[in-house]
Amino acid sequence: MRWGVLQLPGSCDERDALHACSLLGEARLVWHEERDLDGIDAVVVPGGFSYGDYLRAGAIARFSPAMEAVAEFAASGGPVLGICNGFQVLCEAGLLPGALLLNEDLRFHCRQLELIAEDGATLSIPAKHGEGRYYAPDGALDELEAKGQVAYRYAPGENPNGSARDIAGVRNEAGNVVGLMPHPEHAVDPLTGSTDGLKVFEAVAEALA
Amino acid sequence: MATTRARVLIRPKEGILDPQGKAVERALPALGFEGIEHVRVGRMVELEAEDPERLGELCEKLLANPLIEDYEIERLDGAP
Repeated sequence: MRWGVLQLPGSCDERDALHACSLLGEARLVWHEERDLDGIDAVVVPGGFSYGDYLRAGAIARFSPAMEAVAEFAASGGPVLGICNGFQVLCEAGLLPGALLLNEDLRFHCRQLELIAEDGATLSIPAKHGEGRYYAPDGALDELEAKGQVAYRYAPGENPNGSARDIAGVRNEAGNVVGLMPHPEHAVDPLTGSTDGLKVFEAVAEALA
Repeated sequence: MATTRARVLIRPKEGILDPQGKAVERALPALGFEGIEHVRVGRMVELEAEDPERLGELCEKLLANPLIEDYEIERLDGAP
């Protein structure tokens, strides 16, 4: 399994994502000017502040050559994982439904929290963001839930940002594109307290199998 | 090349919680400004366009996110 991790100007978590991917296969960085994803089986759009997050988080990154390639890759069924700013980029690019707004209390939160995966497993993963409040209109949220597109929720009492229905991560209708605000790439080594983040990467790899 | 000056006003859609607006609203009484309600904080983009007819498309694709924001284009050359 070969992973490609996007490196956009302003990305800051691409090295940890690269490390996480390398635990599960081969991994390389994909510079934002690259259009060539040949030989890559799965793409990670990492966290950070791509293009300074000017205008809106993720709004400008979607126009980068690498993101155009990712959009084609996703359209052909390739697995894509967006983390934090990567999630915002995928929403802005229309590859995932919804949008991420300023945290309800206007504060940047950074702490370990608990997520609930679809299989009911609880994952201990850090989250760090100022614009992570998941929003979609009520009708769209009903549809996401009905179609099983809510991939991760904050455990009861853990929602740090006011996200609708405690949603921490969603996937597209086809199921091959997933995004979440918390950072699984920071939870892959016992040294940092949890290895639950690997399960998020493994779920992406399983989607490919 | 002649250009048209324009302003684009972008604001959170009605019904979407605007914590910036709320924070401003809550701060006002302490400064002696009573009776101010429904504060919403958006942003304004000023620009000069060679082809102002394309401003709507520009707003839809980049300047605003139509899922969460409304926008108004104000052309400063007097055209509607």
